[in-house]
Amino acid sequence: MKMITVAGPPSSGKTSVILKTIATLGLPEGSVGVVKFDSLTSFDHIRYNESNIPVQTGFAGKICPDHFFVSNIEDAVSWGKRKGFSVLITESAGLCNRCSPYIKGILSVCVIDNLSGVNTPRKIGPMLKYADIVVVTKGDIVSQAEREVFSFNIKEVNSNAKVIFVNGITGQGTFMLAKYFSEATEIDTLKDRTLRFTMPAAICSYCTGETRIGDFYQMGMLKRMEFEE
Amino acid sequence: MSSYDFYEEIAETPVCVILERYPLAVDYLANHRLGGIDSSKTLPAALLDVDPEMLEEFGLDNESIIDHFCTFLEAFRSDPDDRPDAISSITIIGGRNKSGESENEELTVRPGEIISIVGPTGSGKSRLLEDIECMAQKDTPTLRQILINGTVPDEMRRFDTGGKLVAQLSQTMNFVMDLTVREFLEMHAKSRMVSDVEDVVERCFECANSLAGEKFSPDTKVTQLSGGQSRALMIADTALMSASPIVLIDEIENAGIDRKEAIRLLAGNEKIILMSTHDPLLALRADKRIVIKNGGIAKVLTTTANERKNLVKIEKVDNILLGLRNSLRKGEVIDDGVVEEFMDEWFWSFLR
Repeated sequence: MKMITVAGPPSSGKTSVILKTIATLGLPEGSVGVVKFDSLTSFDHIRYNESNIPVQTGFAGKICPDHFFVSNIEDAVSWGKRKGFSVLITESAGLCNRCSPYIKGILSVCVIDNLSGVNTPRKIGPMLKYADIVVVTKGDIVSQAEREVFSFNIKEVNSNAKVIFVNGITGQGTFMLAKYFSEATEIDTLKDRTLRFTMPAAICSYCTGETRIGDFYQMGMLKRMEFEE
Repeated sequence: MSSYDFYEEIAETPVCVILERYPLAVDYLANHRLGGIDSSKTLPAALLDVDPEMLEEFGLDNESIIDHFCTFLEAFRSDPDDRPDAISSITIIGGRNKSGESENEELTVRPGEIISIVGPTGSGKSRLLEDIECMAQKDTPTLRQILINGTVPDEMRRFDTGGKLVAQLSQTMNFVMDLTVREFLEMHAKSRMVSDVEDVVERCFECANSLAGEKFSPDTKVTQLSGGQSRALMIADTALMSASPIVLIDEIENAGIDRKEAIRLLAGNEKIILMSTHDPLLALRADKRIVIKNGGIAKVLTTTANERKNLVKIEKVDNILLGLRNSLRKGEVIDDGVVEEFMDEWFWSFLR
């Protein structure tokens, strides 16, 4: 089974890109599965169901979405194996721009959209920097120059990435993406593989449900801002 | 040449000299919150003063950041031989249409040539564009093959220049960034690593203004330009600054700009122009036109001498409408007889 992880900010077009790319792959129905990792709620399974693509959705809830991802990914792989998929795609929303649910040796795709502003690539951290492929969506509604500046800014952050422009409505651009998908590594398990980047540190009193504000209530891993005098 | 070439240079050269040699490195440091490091030292020495925890937040440490920086410099090394715009021709070898019938066409296009694409909506115009964009090798649903400079592009080139081959211009495109026209052009010029930014920006600005119906200043925000002005700026920018050797224009008929001049400008800048249009004025100005039907190329027509002659007549018909438009703009009333007046003028112009 080939595995691909897709991450990107909310509403950047991840689901559309995945759906169009699966269509371009042209594999028999039921041989590509999707696991969607989300925070609170998600409606994407409806769209996958419409296309008869097997999908499982998990909600991180109060757990950091990245931690939730990594603690469930191995089970996702087992599910895919049991279902006999030839391709398993995971989709996760990178909510803090630091998240990078990427695993060494596993094809990692970051989806961002052109409307988010030309400097956005410079603000997104590891999620962009550690991706193998950066898919840019919504390019059909901005100027050519903005597309070029956008991909230049991506290259500045992640010089090794392949930048692919995909139109999530027409599917234009998915041909190249599907080519990369079909060359993804075959895996049986993810056991003993490593993440490309450490997860956000989160062991403080607020992680355990503290809601009160003030020094007295803060314990664990903390980072203080310095304010100018 | 690889990123290794930069290691020695970085180890021995003070940061300020590196920044002078590679102006883009300023961005690199800013992106990693390293803008404030002591630039009189070499990068490895200056990094010793940086809080390792901060680098860690970017997933880097004192050593890996050097590797990463070298990769960055390598990626932006300007290599004139490696430009995707070194294209002297593209050839489209026909595949099959939606019903599986052979297209039986082979068309070679060179820079400066204008090809129009005609056919009903949904007939397969964008599929043709995508085949060109990904340099199809009989591996897309249409089974078309694209040759670059008469030969099959190697896989590396296919993957590397993917997306950079075709620039697109369409009616639905807008500016989204909050910059003035000048800042916008400068930003684009920088990303193209143009050596004389000021000159290119100036030319681009003048060009855009000559295409636009109403003039605008370089200090106007791009988001505040009118539809026609932004279209004009996009066209001038694509002609003079875009890296892509092929320009696809999608229905710019109602853009409120000098369309003839726009097409001439793009072609004059050695671009290959593919123009999907229903406007006879534009379609007949092309050297050839591809007729798309049922997902395939039905035929390729060369604009005939007679068509060109008729183009003159069409222009005159168009002038009637243009005259009426101007009357409206001036606040005139299109009363009984006004249309006839324009028509009469048109009639007499044929006798002249």
